[in-house]
Amino acid sequence: MLAMNISMMPAAVLNGLMFGAIYALVALGLTLIYGVLHIINFAHGAMLMLALYATFYLFKFAGIDPYLALIIVIPGSYIFGYALYRWGIGKLSHGKDQNILLITLGLSIIFENAAQFFFTADQQTISLSYSYDSFDLGFVYLSYPKVISFVASLVICLMLWWLMATTDLGKAIRAVAKERQGARLVGINVENIYAITYGIGIACLGAAGCLLLPSFYVDPYTGNIFVIVAFTIVVLGGMGSIVGALVGGFIIGITESLGGLFLGESLGQIGISLIFILILVFRPTGLFGAKQ
Amino acid sequence: MLEVKSLEAGYGLVQVLRGIDLNVNSGEIVAVLGSNGAGKSTLNNTISGLYKPFAGSIQFEGQEISGMASERIVEMGLVQVPEGRRVFPNLSVLENLEMGSYRRGKGNRAKNIEHILEIFPRLSARLKQLAGTLSGGEQQMVAIGRGLMAEPRLLILDEPSLGLSPLLVEQMFTLIKKINNDGLAIVLVEQNVVQSLAVADRAYVLENGEIALSGPASELIDDAQLKKSYLGI
Ligand SMILES: Nc1ncnc2c1ncn2[C@@H]1O[C@H](COP(=O)(O)OP(=O)(O)O)[C@@H](O)[C@H]1O
Ligand SMILES: [Mg+2]
Repeated sequence: MLAMNISMMPAAVLNGLMFGAIYALVALGLTLIYGVLHIINFAHGAMLMLALYATFYLFKFAGIDPYLALIIVIPGSYIFGYALYRWGIGKLSHGKDQNILLITLGLSIIFENAAQFFFTADQQTISLSYSYDSFDLGFVYLSYPKVISFVASLVICLMLWWLMATTDLGKAIRAVAKERQGARLVGINVENIYAITYGIGIACLGAAGCLLLPSFYVDPYTGNIFVIVAFTIVVLGGMGSIVGALVGGFIIGITESLGGLFLGESLGQIGISLIFILILVFRPTGLFGAKQ
Repeated sequence: MLEVKSLEAGYGLVQVLRGIDLNVNSGEIVAVLGSNGAGKSTLNNTISGLYKPFAGSIQFEGQEISGMASERIVEMGLVQVPEGRRVFPNLSVLENLEMGSYRRGKGNRAKNIEHILEIFPRLSARLKQLAGTLSGGEQQMVAIGRGLMAEPRLLILDEPSLGLSPLLVEQMFTLIKKINNDGLAIVLVEQNVVQSLAVADRAYVLENGEIALSGPASELIDDAQLKKSYLGI
């Protein structure tokens, strides 16, 4: 039994890597918002759920392939996030962090209940003509949806990294993250940067929604499954670190996959909790987090 | 170019500034002196648009700017180098300078950076270093350089000598004079009375949120009242 499991390890690692890339996207949004606004976005799971539904209905009613839907859902999510922060969260919170926290918590409750009301609590799935096609690597079959979402996640992470590292907007976002008053004095509109950051964080969820749906399901509470994992990734990678989110996503994806292989589906999650505890004990700033 | 009239300002219910009148002409160095808590930074930050004044007017080059958004004020060329430097610690020196020109686009960026490195040659070797890892004096250079990158017409310096060693303080005042010689008007906010008056054209003394004294720097140096309260002579 164990020998067989060991022979399946490479396949499990690869599968974990694939799923980890989507985890990374969810974590990326969370860590970015935390890094700049210094709040945990409690509405993160609910927003991922909305992105999944958006993708689902685009497919169901308009016949739009989920991967094609990326070019609609990503900008749509950005605009939704930007507007929600600019004219909702930002205005209502009067700049107080604890208010933002409560508002995002309230939003998640509203979104989940609205979803239950409008979309019912049933699990919904889509099936694509190529859902079961796969690449044969000899030791493992990788389904098209997994490979596509892996590559797309990496590309999106790379684009985000490029934005943050090289553009004026990215530098302004990083500047605001650590020195708000200095940022105001060079002429950065800090409130606008907050809204943009929130928008980008939600856009990451939009991407995750499109990439996830073909190999997953959606119901009003799906998002939360991912956000708990994403939170672990953020702590593991280091709060606010983009590279940390990516690496953390891979580590958690692989851990979950190997845990499932050796301990079974239900116990497989233990590995994630274990990592979470070990990180908190031995390296509370995370792998790539700044030391305080 | 800057005209502040009957300015009242503060924080929420706390009034700090009471009826401030102050003006700066082009090309001048105007010192604003006062002890800790006198309201100097409150004045700067109100002028820079970080806080809305309770009453009064602030005009910059003939345009009313009180209550205007801080980014618009920077765009007009009124730039502040804040107390405590407030450089972006997680950005490199180069990126800090680039962010100084956030409102200016990239047209003059390379040229202006070159100019600033001529003023602060020390920074040349540290362009890639994170600003948070620099010494206090170097951070002050980055902060001033960043301010200059905004192509200011009037530069407010809030306690640029604070926390620097005596030698660096000396250099800082020389440098301020040099920047001013290029035609830039400067508001020099300081507790360092003697050295400030030595480089300034005119000065205001702020006490408990009010202007207690003002006049040409050369006259204030001889002022008995000032000597008594600040120099202990
Ligand atoms: N953010 C703030 N909120 C409330 N009071 C403040 C704030 N900043 C400064 N003050 C108060 O305003 C007064 C003037 O402070 P400040 O302008 O910083 O003086 P200075 O720069 O001359 O040392 C002080 O009494 C200070 O306690
Ligand atoms: Mg001060």
